[in-house]
Amino acid sequence: MKVTEHELHAYVDEGLAPPARREVEAHLAEHAEDAARVQAYREQNAALRAAFDPVLNEPIPDRLRRIDTTRRSTRIAVAAGWLAVGAAVGWFAHALVGVRGGLTPPSLARQAAIAHAVYSPEIRHPVEVGAAEQEHLVNWLSKRLGAKLKAPLLAAEGFELVGGRLLPGPGGAVAQFMYQDARGKRLTLYVTRVESAQRDTAFRFSQEDRVAVFYWIDGPFGYALSGEFAKSQLLEVATAVYKQLNP
Amino acid sequence: MDLHAIAPHIPRLRRYARALAGDQHAADDLVQDTLERAINKRHLWRPDSDLRAWLFAIMHNVFVNQLRARSAHPEAALADDDLPPVPSAQGARLEIRDLESALALLPPEQREIVLLVGLEQFSYAEVARALDIPIGTVMSRLFRGRERLRTLVTGALPAPALKAVK
Repeated sequence: MKVTEHELHAYVDEGLAPPARREVEAHLAEHAEDAARVQAYREQNAALRAAFDPVLNEPIPDRLRRIDTTRRSTRIAVAAGWLAVGAAVGWFAHALVGVRGGLTPPSLARQAAIAHAVYSPEIRHPVEVGAAEQEHLVNWLSKRLGAKLKAPLLAAEGFELVGGRLLPGPGGAVAQFMYQDARGKRLTLYVTRVESAQRDTAFRFSQEDRVAVFYWIDGPFGYALSGEFAKSQLLEVATAVYKQLNP
Repeated sequence: MDLHAIAPHIPRLRRYARALAGDQHAADDLVQDTLERAINKRHLWRPDSDLRAWLFAIMHNVFVNQLRARSAHPEAALADDDLPPVPSAQGARLEIRDLESALALLPPEQREIVLLVGLEQFSYAEVARALDIPIGTVMSRLFRGRERLRTLVTGALPAPALKAVK
């Protein structure tokens, strides 16, 4: 009798009942070409397992142990209502903590706040390159950080760019953009490279003494927006920054 | 259902993703996106159903979306040019060094099924449910994928190496 293609594969995958299996075996005994194919398919399965079974025993990367559900698609909404969402995701907050190596988010906020506190009171030298040379500033900082940066425009939020500077950070060069409002109150946007394994995060907030900080990771960069402002006002600006960087 | 319920399935999701995506980084991206989506959509999981099958179904959707996104962005699609061309002549076949490069040459929809059946040992019916396609389609893709893989690999490996595969 004729054995179907389906039966040959089902035989390979051990999906046949004994009577059907015997029929296939009888067929294979007389059809060398089909027998060679069945043999090759079995070898394929064995080779696949030999090649990829070792993955089962690899340690699971941290980023798969701490899954953050508030990524890009939902992040704007999260930014708008982050307090409520914070409570909702609290039940698996244990999965969110513990970023490995480099600049961990809490230290990102801390470093940014320190840099803010050091440079924002400067009268004569708040920045290295002023806003008048904005194109040069952005190109220079992009070059030093090794990725294309953008200086967000925050005029609609009432802030104009003062300029920027290059800072040393734990992971190398860091860019700081400084803005001020009509009364001369300043905020700074601190931008640092993050490990490629680090994934995007939602906005997080930290109060570092008098400096309020919203910080997040987006693509190759960690951002921290710092200023001595009310949390709600700073959140408004952080949302604007985020939207401009992700048009 | 939460991350703790999913955790035991992570090694197998990683194994499948590695074979499907090729390199470790892309594979773990696929696993991460799958886990995130599973957590976000956990209310859709029925407690009496097979969690593993559900996770693989999610990974399939994520994988398909990634392929679509890649073909929509020409600069990302350029990476495909790094792959050896589909062999047409005997000489070209010799370029394919091993199983993994042969796998990469399978159309994704065949690769998925060859792997789900051969590596993950899903039944044809389980594959049909996970991929949400008719079982006849599962079988025809499996048959074509396996045959293509066979011609790619036997074209590449000299006879002694074939024995080593066993």
